[in-house]
Amino acid sequence: MGIWFVKTMRNWILPEYISDVLPAEARQIESMRRNMLDLFSLYGYEQVEPPLVEYVESLLTQQDAALDLKTFKLVDELSGRQMGLRADITPQVARIDSHILNRQGVTRLCYTGSVLCTRPDGLLSTRQPRQIGAEIYGCADLAADVEIIELMFASLAQAGVSDMSLEVGHIGLFNAIADAAHWQGELRQSAFNALKQKDVPTLKTLAASLASELQQGLLALASSYGDLSVLAQARAQLPALPEIAAALDGLQQLHAALTARGIAVRFDLAELPGSYYHTGLVFNAYAKGFTNAVARGGRYDSVGEKFGRSRPATGFSIDLRGLTSVPFPGKKAAVLAPKGEDAALLDAIRALRAQGEIVIVDLGVVQSEVHADRALQQKEGVWQVISL
Amino acid sequence: MITIALSKGRIFEETLPLLAAAGIVPAEAPESTRKLIIGTNQPDVQLIIVRASDVPTYVQYGAADLGVAGKDVLLEHGGQGLYQPLDLEIAKCALMVATQNGFDYEGAVKQGARMRIATKYTEQAKEHFAAKGVHVDLIKLYGSMELAPLVGLADAIVDLVSTGGTLKANNLVAVEHIRDISSRLVVNQSSLKLKHERLQPMIDAFATTVAARLAKV
Repeated sequence: MGIWFVKTMRNWILPEYISDVLPAEARQIESMRRNMLDLFSLYGYEQVEPPLVEYVESLLTQQDAALDLKTFKLVDELSGRQMGLRADITPQVARIDSHILNRQGVTRLCYTGSVLCTRPDGLLSTRQPRQIGAEIYGCADLAADVEIIELMFASLAQAGVSDMSLEVGHIGLFNAIADAAHWQGELRQSAFNALKQKDVPTLKTLAASLASELQQGLLALASSYGDLSVLAQARAQLPALPEIAAALDGLQQLHAALTARGIAVRFDLAELPGSYYHTGLVFNAYAKGFTNAVARGGRYDSVGEKFGRSRPATGFSIDLRGLTSVPFPGKKAAVLAPKGEDAALLDAIRALRAQGEIVIVDLGVVQSEVHADRALQQKEGVWQVISL
Repeated sequence: MITIALSKGRIFEETLPLLAAAGIVPAEAPESTRKLIIGTNQPDVQLIIVRASDVPTYVQYGAADLGVAGKDVLLEHGGQGLYQPLDLEIAKCALMVATQNGFDYEGAVKQGARMRIATKYTEQAKEHFAAKGVHVDLIKLYGSMELAPLVGLADAIVDLVSTGGTLKANNLVAVEHIRDISSRLVVNQSSLKLKHERLQPMIDAFATTVAARLAKV
């Protein structure tokens, strides 16, 4: 008996970092999802629904070791090939753009769905985030990035997130220095990780054998964060490479365009994304009350290459489950109606629901947690709504 | 509010001058109080006293904005989600392999047979021996590692050595140097972004003090 009890208890314990979404939270997530998709469509984004599983070769972009580790894999019993459960939807959408839609011009796509990760992103996050995002393909211009960031902020503001700021970086800066240093493979990866942690002592050791210009540049990257003055500082301290000048010019223009749109911008030139597929601009939205970034995005101009067509691309994604700490209005009060077969009663209920009222039929057993402030009652032969 | 996570003892003592350089003076010494949150002369700065190995966790979760943690602790923790911008050059020691005096360590390594290693630093021990191509069985201990070879629990230990006094007293010798250890300043990633105006001057003051101290030596 005791063993049976312990066993059944264990049976309904969910795996680590996996949880149910209960009514209050589910209502908020669904409301945010609908509103965001409506907003995306106002900007002209078309929704796509990629599958939950794909063959790993198409799910994992080139040399993306981090995404590979995050992807659950299983064997397809029909083909014998290995399939992966998506840990990120962006590469799937890139596949749709490059191979399925095959359009020549600018394509705006959006998506939403659950993804599954072998390990959680942070200590407090889930392994099954609810991703929602938007992407622009076929435009290498900064205007596309500006639109994406504007849409990202509008989405977050609509969900009730306040006190937001944007942090911008550019992966081209690190890449330019690493290329000039001829860093490849493991060494490049170590430097990338050290820079990501602003680990100056380790960077010093790694860069010890480099030309002084590159060495100084790499260390300057690690401490280049803050307001607009960072860019001027970076121009003076980073090596004079054409890629670096172009990236800094882009950041300067982006700052101007976003400031004009009322978005507060900060820079962190060592902000490197977790995903390998980003190739240029990267950005995170931070908000008061959140320990982690509330939305992330950036430019990934070469993801489509693996699918036969390399297209410029930029986009963002949000984990809806990460936003549920935002205050959300409680459930709308309902009208309680008696059960019965009276045609007039059924008509009255139907009419109320048509007006958007919640009508809960009292089934005659004990109601649990019904938030009703009115009731449908028959008075002088007419069904009327009475305050409770 | 800015919260700084520190551990009692050597790290706390050696961090005091750095805090002073940033204009921060603790209201009490951790040895003289049982309080775990200690106020300072600055109304918006507090210190929390935690176990050395818990410092990265507190900072990673955002329970503290800044912390001081040994490189040994950071390597065990993995350092994900943290910035570690500054080597404070304090609480210096070295991570070493030590055996009982007379144990043929080189021979055991050459033979390639499995060795039993007792340590608190399993991640770093694993990595060190894997890089050497030596098979080891790791025995996780929480303290008094020096005892393990003496009672036949392990062939060797991986432990921090500062003066070598404990090794000597227990008839052990350091046979291999893994890495030098000193304490790092760790910073919560979003704190550095959201409380930048308050944190950056502190970090700069620490950096200046460390640089000045190094220049003197």
